[in-house]
Amino acid sequence: MKGLIYFVAFFLLIIGAFGIARSKDLVHAVVCLSVAQAGTYVLLLAVGYQHHASPPVFGSPASRPTRDVVDPLVQAMALTDIVVSATVTALLLAISIQIAKRNHSVDPDELNAVEG
Amino acid sequence: MAHFDHGAAALLPLAVAVPMLGASVMLALGRHVSRLVRDLFAIAIAAGVTGLSGYFLAVASSGRIVNWVATWTPLGHRSVGIVLEVDPMGAGIALLAAGLVTCALIFSLRYLESDTGHFHLLVLCFLAGMEGFALTGDLFDLFVFLELMGASAYALTAHNIEDPQALQGGLNFGIINSLGAYVSLMGIGLLYAKTGVLQLPLLGAKLAGHRPGPLVIAAFVLIFTGLLVKSGVVPFHFWLADAHAVAPAPVCMLFSAVMDPLGVYAAFRVYWTVFSPTIAPAHARVAFLSLGVATAVIGAVMCCAQRHIKRLLAYSTIAHVGLFFCALGLLREDGTAAAALYAAGHAGIKGALFLLCGMLLDRYGNVDELHLFGKGRGSPHLGLLFGLCGFALAGLPPFGLALGKALAEKAAIDQHLYWMVALFVLVSALTGGAVLRVTARVFLGLGDRPKGDAEYRAVGTERPPAQRLQALPAAALSAIGVLIAGTLALGVLPGARDAAERAAAAFIDRSGYLANALGHAGHQLAIAPSAPNWDLRGVLLGIASALLAAGFAAASCYGRRILVHVPALRLGTRAVLRALHRVHSGHIGDYVAWLMAGCAILAGLIGLPLR
Amino acid sequence: MSRPVRYVVFCLGVVGLAILLAPAVAHLPAFGSTFHPYRTLAVAAAVAHRTANVVSAINFDQRGLDTFGEESIFLASVAGAALLLRPGEHETERRPLGHARMLDATRLLGYVLLPLSTILGLDLISHGNVTPGGGFQGGVVLGTGLHLLYVAGSYDALEKMRPTTLFEWGEAIGAGSYGALGVAGLLASGAFLANFVPLGHFGALFSGGTVPLLNIAVGIEVASGGAILLSHFLRQAMFTEPAGGGRRASGERDE
Repeated sequence: MKGLIYFVAFFLLIIGAFGIARSKDLVHAVVCLSVAQAGTYVLLLAVGYQHHASPPVFGSPASRPTRDVVDPLVQAMALTDIVVSATVTALLLAISIQIAKRNHSVDPDELNAVEG
Repeated sequence: MAHFDHGAAALLPLAVAVPMLGASVMLALGRHVSRLVRDLFAIAIAAGVTGLSGYFLAVASSGRIVNWVATWTPLGHRSVGIVLEVDPMGAGIALLAAGLVTCALIFSLRYLESDTGHFHLLVLCFLAGMEGFALTGDLFDLFVFLELMGASAYALTAHNIEDPQALQGGLNFGIINSLGAYVSLMGIGLLYAKTGVLQLPLLGAKLAGHRPGPLVIAAFVLIFTGLLVKSGVVPFHFWLADAHAVAPAPVCMLFSAVMDPLGVYAAFRVYWTVFSPTIAPAHARVAFLSLGVATAVIGAVMCCAQRHIKRLLAYSTIAHVGLFFCALGLLREDGTAAAALYAAGHAGIKGALFLLCGMLLDRYGNVDELHLFGKGRGSPHLGLLFGLCGFALAGLPPFGLALGKALAEKAAIDQHLYWMVALFVLVSALTGGAVLRVTARVFLGLGDRPKGDAEYRAVGTERPPAQRLQALPAAALSAIGVLIAGTLALGVLPGARDAAERAAAAFIDRSGYLANALGHAGHQLAIAPSAPNWDLRGVLLGIASALLAAGFAAASCYGRRILVHVPALRLGTRAVLRALHRVHSGHIGDYVAWLMAGCAILAGLIGLPLR
Repeated sequence: MSRPVRYVVFCLGVVGLAILLAPAVAHLPAFGSTFHPYRTLAVAAAVAHRTANVVSAINFDQRGLDTFGEESIFLASVAGAALLLRPGEHETERRPLGHARMLDATRLLGYVLLPLSTILGLDLISHGNVTPGGGFQGGVVLGTGLHLLYVAGSYDALEKMRPTTLFEWGEAIGAGSYGALGVAGLLASGAFLANFVPLGHFGALFSGGTVPLLNIAVGIEVASGGAILLSHFLRQAMFTEPAGGGRRASGERDE
């Protein structure tokens, strides 16, 4: 199953999105957003993987620089992605806290401040 | 286009670095200095970036500016670095962003409460994000700056934590935009897996000449999803009205006037540089035009159905994004030039309208059209400006917006797409008419006093009533004046059309983009003979739109009297509006469902013709 | 829309996506293949700049602008969270008196782990150019590790160790230094973020030119910013309460 890992990546994206769609709690929705984002990590790291290759770090004295390493670029992208995820999650949770205070509810079904 | 200016190239990253350094200083010192110092400092930074962007525009008009960041210039066809590549279109939109941020900060001089400098800091971060987004030539870098714009924008939207609408609008905005960006990142991953490069010009070179396989189509759909969410294209548009209706007025102005058009800009930048050599314009055109028409029509209808004035303006922005999409979606130089002028003109007028809304909110604590019925008689200046902007939005010459509209109609006629001319006239008349209706009701008290339910909550005060300003602050008025005058200048100054056409020619010139990125000279672009801004047909169509808009406004003020006698029409309108209203539910779950459906629709539009 | 309608719309979208993605995945290079052209270039470029950790070389040297944007996102988000978590008009902050009771074992663990996490964080930052880790990773460990003091039951001690103003300065200095190093590159060798510092020896503590410096800048920013971010959430959860006891009804307006 060479495509299994890619299937997992897209599955995470879609199931995370579905989690938001059926969510009854904003905190749950924000966590589901992180689940969806986990799909991007899996895809990026899968794209950069190479069988029998070493990590792209030559710090220990034993490892001489070699080209047979897994792709460091996708790892750098994933790191940026993680920062984005962490900070956006923090922002959205901050908004959720304030929503909980103003509306006494974090159920999207009960929020109707904006419509039409 | 083979002219390289190394001075300008070296300065390119400063458009991002200067506002970020300013933001750092604001974080360290904002708490310890007075409000006025913070304001002046932020305005100085924004003005500096405006000057820098203006310089880039001047240099780029004689040749692209290319900067491989940190000197990672390519060896052969490869580089590990990020390229910033600026043509007049990119520099122009960067200039627009910085100029509007300056206006927004000047307007905010006495407008928003803020005692920590965090508001200024976020606006500067937002500016840095927009500048980077406009200037970069790297796909992943585009994603990073998309997120930078996003993160600052979510926080700015929910700035007023006392207002449940602002919070919900901010949350919907944050979740949908983030999800869209992650979908884009999936697409970037797919494209990277296939090609092993991330720079736009090199990606285009890798894909050139191959038939678009399933992988390329999937990457196209996924990458575009995030960009279309940012632009507010149907059916990815739901968050836009929620966010624009609740953010503080100067922030709304930035969203509507440049953030959404930046999404459109990036979508077509990516199309032209990366995908155009494999998904030919003839194939992609259907998809772009379909999306544009749907967006324009739904935006215009929803615009007319609003009574919350900021929400009305937000839907009018959606309608105009649809029109930009139609003009750019012709995938030709003339349509692209028209869209550039149209978007620039729209930025000025829509920015002015949002600022006027802010002043309305400031005076009356409310932006509900029905609640304000006749109450604006005491502010004739506001009313006059509101009406003027309404006519300009409808496409009254000689505003720049009308010039863009006239050129877009000309481009459509040249392609024998006469329905598109009707679309442009109708949609601009409807959106302009809605603004004129507001003017007539609020400032003149014309028409029947509408019966509305008193419970409707189109409020959203931005300061407690005790502190509301009685006189119109000069700074705020001057910001509005600059915006309207700028739009007027765009339509009146000779050469505006020529400049837009040259910018468009460079924008769609993929081989030149690639050659310049690699340090070669691109081929000489054919320079179209200089043409006057206006022609008679464009002026007449513009006047027709403006008259039609006035007609729509009158019809909706007095329409109830007529509609009573035509039950079929009344019931039909009501059924359509009720269905649309139900879809625009404000529910985050619905928006996510539509985002997925939108992905599928886009896939169908682009994939099916290629099979 | 009602739930069933929403699910139908969603599922139609998923079906469309599945039809789009299934053939696309089939056309991807096989999992674990040796097709990584960018990798080959990046490793060579990292070795040329004597940076043993190629991921760090990409983050701070080859694609330093991405990381600059990323740190800007961090700065914006921390400021945004601070803005959103400020006490509202009808709220006050009230400090409860006395300490919460903690198990001695928890306190002991907290006090033992605090120095360890601090050392680990500093190590991750300082060796980010040669071993796995870097400014962001180390900064997160430092910024969160500080909160072991709170876990150990002493919020007062945490507040003493974490003066907010000082940490805001730290965040500003960290973020500012990244930009300033970029501008220094522009002044020293004509290109923003250029690697203008002596490169040192491959694998040494100070190697890779600007990479360790940028690592430290990011480490300072993330450690300070992370601590501030958590402090806003903690203050919101622990001390912020409605002024008059009762909470304001939603949607209540002054009209």
